[in-house]
Amino acid sequence: MVMTYIKVLGLWASPYSFRVEKALKMKGVEYESVEIDIMNKTQELLDSNPVHKKVPVLLHTGKPIAESLVIMEYIDQVWKGEPLLPSDPYERAQARFWAKFIDDQLTPAARTAVMGEGEDAKKAREAAEKFLKILDEEIRGGNKLFEGKAIGYLDLVGLVVTHWFPVLQEAAGKELVTKDDYPAIWAWGERLLGCPGVKDDLPPWDKLLPFFQLTP
Amino acid sequence: MAMKEVVLLDSWACPFSMRVRIALAQKGVDYESKEEDLLLPKSELLLKLNPVHKKIPVLIHNDRPVCESLVILQYVDEVWNHTNPLLPFDPYQRAQARFWADFIEKKTFETTQRVWATKGEEQEVGKKEFIDHFKFLEQQLGDKPYFGGDSFGYVDVVLIPFYSWFYAFETLGDFKIEESCPKIIAWAKRCMQKENVASSLPDQEKVYEFVLAYRKKLGVD
Repeated sequence: MVMTYIKVLGLWASPYSFRVEKALKMKGVEYESVEIDIMNKTQELLDSNPVHKKVPVLLHTGKPIAESLVIMEYIDQVWKGEPLLPSDPYERAQARFWAKFIDDQLTPAARTAVMGEGEDAKKAREAAEKFLKILDEEIRGGNKLFEGKAIGYLDLVGLVVTHWFPVLQEAAGKELVTKDDYPAIWAWGERLLGCPGVKDDLPPWDKLLPFFQLTP
Repeated sequence: MAMKEVVLLDSWACPFSMRVRIALAQKGVDYESKEEDLLLPKSELLLKLNPVHKKIPVLIHNDRPVCESLVILQYVDEVWNHTNPLLPFDPYQRAQARFWADFIEKKTFETTQRVWATKGEEQEVGKKEFIDHFKFLEQQLGDKPYFGGDSFGYVDVVLIPFYSWFYAFETLGDFKIEESCPKIIAWAKRCMQKENVASSLPDQEKVYEFVLAYRKKLGVD
């Protein structure tokens, strides 16, 4: 019996799963992709990520690693080849800073702004707009981490903003990240789509839209 | 204004700053500390160096700012990599350390806030959540001397600063943490035996005085 060496427990529609699978692909690593029904989580998922019970989880010879940013750092350390993070410590710090900003500040605010109701949604919208403005200005300022010439750690994180936010907005019928208001963010997204293999690997909008329209 | 090679925008009572102080002490880095008073409006320097979050700590190395305590810890570990590694070398252990640091980052401060920055019914609920949270962390510690195993490491650095606030939590909440989480207290005392940790953490009673003043500032009292 062959034990699967590398497995990803994921969800095709998840930006976090995408990051991990794309990172493995970039490193030329072969892996098994296991699709999890988040309404019906498997025992394997619950055992592998008892703390958060979420996807993605990377299982490397049975050892589980959870949290997409942690997984990406792990992948970068274990498999050489295409580097995900910059080699310079200061640039690495910048990449980590902006990744946390996108994941821990911007995304939760944007999600509540677009999918929430009432006062919560209003407050979240104010916060999200503030964060989007900060991000847009940073990109416009010429920070080379957002160059998008070759895809890396921060770009994989940024796809949640450039590829997923527009679809969430449409599913909820609420605008947030518009091209007019945040041209630099949109331009970043366009650069990323131009990188080899990105457009083909990303789950397309026409499949994501019905998924997010159904999911509460 | 000529600054030293390494400057830390610091605040003596801030747990996030304490993490960086411990790390710099572990690495033997000589640095200049610039104190930010949390009871006063934010300084021009802070607003200039951390325009995104406007929070301390900020590490300035060769005139370039690094913000967010966990980002700073990893930066310090990578730049001063000749001694006392904070993160384990093994990739899997490293991933576990990052995972638990992230968990503490997302949950611990918020949980403690519901004890020191509240009162009445809200505080009672907060106390229960606090105990549950630290009991959970205690389970993760298990029988290991440190969260990292045999040696003091990254996760220990991330968590130990909260210990300097324990007296404040216990006095404000009228409870004894050791009764519910003896292993956490034992772990904390073990960490405090290390010179680099003890010299980086403030006196608990001074912290309590600070928290009282901060509660007034927040309008809790």
